[in-house]
Amino acid sequence: MLMKFFISLFSIAVLSFVVGLYAPWWSIALVAFIVSLCISQKPGSSFLSGFAGIFLLWLILALLINAANSNILANRIGGMLGIGPRPVLLAFITALAGGMVAGFAALTASYLRK
Amino acid sequence: MPLGSFLSPQTGFWQNAEDTAQNYDLNIQQSDLKGNAKVYFDERLVPHVFAENDEDLYFIQGYLHAKFRLFQMDLQTKAAEGRASEIAGPVAINYDKEQRRLGMKFAAENTLRVVEQDPAALARYTAYTKGINAYINTLTESSLPLEYKILNFKPEQWSNLRTMLLLKMMAKMLASGTEHDLENTNLRTILTSQQFNMLYPQVPDSLLPIVPKGTIFPRPMHQYQLPAGVDSVYFHNQIATAASSQYPEDKDNGSNNWVVAGSKTASGVPILCNDPHLELSLPSIWYEMQLTTPTSNVYGATLPGSPFVIIGFNDSIAWGVTNSQRDVKDYYTIRFKDKTKKEYWFDNAWKPAQQRIEQIKVKGEAPVFDTVAYTIFGPVMYDAADTVIRQDALAVKWMAHHTGDDGSAFYKLNRAGSYNDYVLAIKDFECPGQNFVFASTSGDIAIWQQGRFPDRWQGQGQYIMPGQDSSYLWQGYIPQSENPHALNPERGFLESANQRPADGTYPYFIPGTYITPRANAIEHFLNRMNSISVENMMELQNNNYNILAGQLLPVLMTHTNEAALTPEARKYLTIIQQWDLNAGPQSTGQTIYQFWLDSLQRNIWLDELVKAGSKVPVPEEQTLMELLKIDTTALGFVDNKNTPQVETLSDLATASLNGAAALLAQSEKDGKLEWAKFKEPAIYHLLKSNLPSFARTHLPVGGAGSVINAIKKSHGPSWRMIVQMSARPEAYGVYPGGQSGNPGSRFYDNAVDNWVQGKYYQLWMMQKGQEGDARIKWTMNFIKG
Repeated sequence: MLMKFFISLFSIAVLSFVVGLYAPWWSIALVAFIVSLCISQKPGSSFLSGFAGIFLLWLILALLINAANSNILANRIGGMLGIGPRPVLLAFITALAGGMVAGFAALTASYLRK
Repeated sequence: MPLGSFLSPQTGFWQNAEDTAQNYDLNIQQSDLKGNAKVYFDERLVPHVFAENDEDLYFIQGYLHAKFRLFQMDLQTKAAEGRASEIAGPVAINYDKEQRRLGMKFAAENTLRVVEQDPAALARYTAYTKGINAYINTLTESSLPLEYKILNFKPEQWSNLRTMLLLKMMAKMLASGTEHDLENTNLRTILTSQQFNMLYPQVPDSLLPIVPKGTIFPRPMHQYQLPAGVDSVYFHNQIATAASSQYPEDKDNGSNNWVVAGSKTASGVPILCNDPHLELSLPSIWYEMQLTTPTSNVYGATLPGSPFVIIGFNDSIAWGVTNSQRDVKDYYTIRFKDKTKKEYWFDNAWKPAQQRIEQIKVKGEAPVFDTVAYTIFGPVMYDAADTVIRQDALAVKWMAHHTGDDGSAFYKLNRAGSYNDYVLAIKDFECPGQNFVFASTSGDIAIWQQGRFPDRWQGQGQYIMPGQDSSYLWQGYIPQSENPHALNPERGFLESANQRPADGTYPYFIPGTYITPRANAIEHFLNRMNSISVENMMELQNNNYNILAGQLLPVLMTHTNEAALTPEARKYLTIIQQWDLNAGPQSTGQTIYQFWLDSLQRNIWLDELVKAGSKVPVPEEQTLMELLKIDTTALGFVDNKNTPQVETLSDLATASLNGAAALLAQSEKDGKLEWAKFKEPAIYHLLKSNLPSFARTHLPVGGAGSVINAIKKSHGPSWRMIVQMSARPEAYGVYPGGQSGNPGSRFYDNAVDNWVQGKYYQLWMMQKGQEGDARIKWTMNFIKG
């Protein structure tokens, strides 16, 4: 069970990253959906693996980019979005948005399998 | 951009967050290149371009402009063409209409037609265009500049027309707001011509003109005919109009430049200085570059959207520009046969008008249409309905509508090696009229006010003119050789700061929106200076001495009735009595002076002038000072017409200070008595207050519109340059921004602090053989193929 969950999460994260180098942002939904179709899980676990896979991927990517950028742009975008100069919060919001999209895509696939 | 896409770290805004250790090395293969070229970037990200020929040079200039400033170029040219609504939505419809009514695209098309007659010039502009498009074609979703992601649109392919549009935008910025014909017309409904000429004088008493006083001008060759009945029809029959521009240009779009001869410098060679005053923005209007081929080598400020260096130096000469402020735009009444605007009355017949149907596309809404009629004068700017009281439409005649290839003046200037080359380079430059200051390593200093200017009869084009026949048309142009100019004057310096170019002996009628005080301050210092060093010139560019306050304050203080002042006003008077007349960032005297002056100007002028409409300009601070020195009633305007008693200057000076003191006390309570705290200087992103977190605000800088360091709230020296004409010119410069237009780059605003502190960078003219220099951080290879 737990094994399946982690394989699923890991596959979604890695595949999304690779596909994302060439495809538009919504490929995360496609990847989560396909992985979830291939690896059978309960709906709740499916959602969580999709959510966590992209949440972690986007969080890590955003934090890495931000660290290399010394907060320059995240501070400005934070101001624009009304959260102020809080790069880490902005990275979490980013991750949350991506996580939700992928989570629901995975959830959909899991229901379809039934 | 949809939120998911915008947030995605793989395609969205995070992709624009540039590594602070970003490597700009790149190999670019292009079939459009004729040879190979290299671009060396120094530690400030200034590119030093080495190409084998002109076309490759401008291809690369286009590529680099696009790579670092694409959004700015795209936005500015779209706005110039009247297409801002496509990006901004319905809020920009009126702006777009005004651009189209002014005929911006018409003007750009006309100039492009001239460019297309000259194969060599066309090849250069085309290479530049191809370079921009080569960069645009590399863009992917993730590498799109940030602003496209925020606003959710895509860059459009570049064209030679867009380069012309960019140049017309400069013409509009510098040679469109330099007339007040509509306001003057309204003023004449309440002022006699004598009052008008005193309050808005053509030649201010304290003018120090660009070409030194005493210059002998040749007798003009003009032979114009005054229109029949001009007195009754034109001079004494002005009817008010409600037409007015909704988006006027800043009247302080001016600049300083000066040059001192070797006789006045410590090094014995000339020093040239220039600081153009424009709206300050991030990214800056300027982009610094070195452009080198085997036959040319030039360094300076370039204008993204146009090829060439606009202000700079090469191995032999240096040049700079300030605005001429000359009026080259007039309005004519048009009587249409009917509402279809298809025919208008001209020379005793109905003449057909050309019609352009303007379609303004609006983001998120249906397009808006506007029919613009073109007459013999130019496009109809205001329909009869806009002018309300007058039942005529108004057509605009503007020098920028029909010019030659003005841009190529800079191509030639970039390659000029002597005074004669410089004169030849600029002589065909038409609009916007500029004061080209010049210095050479051979020791010459010079200045030319260059442009194409109508040869007007006295008073022509000051007000709206009748357009029912040809008698009010411009009858000719001032010969280029008679444009005001000076070479190697006895006194050892030349300067221009948007003042009238010549004194009253210049034999032409040359109205304009001139600014007198800065030039007076520059001459005040240059006259006294000797053995001048580069550092002295840096200090002078950053000088905050308020020369006008020094002239006006004694008059005001003499007339202030201290017994009638409130305790607060007395306190502020004490401060201002001890003020050193410097508008520095911590100055409290400058703030008090500004409040007092504003209050006084309202009290003196508004009771009368408001009858001519809210948009009429009040007389200049300079004019007020000159008037009060000879007549303390200021022609009777000091008296408030709304009260039964007669006010004196003493009443007004005292009441104005009391009124100002109440406001000042509030400002002081808010911690805003110091000049910079009150003024809150700021440099905004191009999208202005929509993106406050992209701006640099609360900058601790002094300055004011009428002091040499002409920093207003977000307007001022957009590039400061100083060039010492040693055998190998030694140059310094700074602009308030950075080389990258990307708000996610450390080069977006890295020079702002130095600019604030009045510091400069040495401008490095890289030589062949210096490829191993430690200043070079990155290299781009442009490879033919």
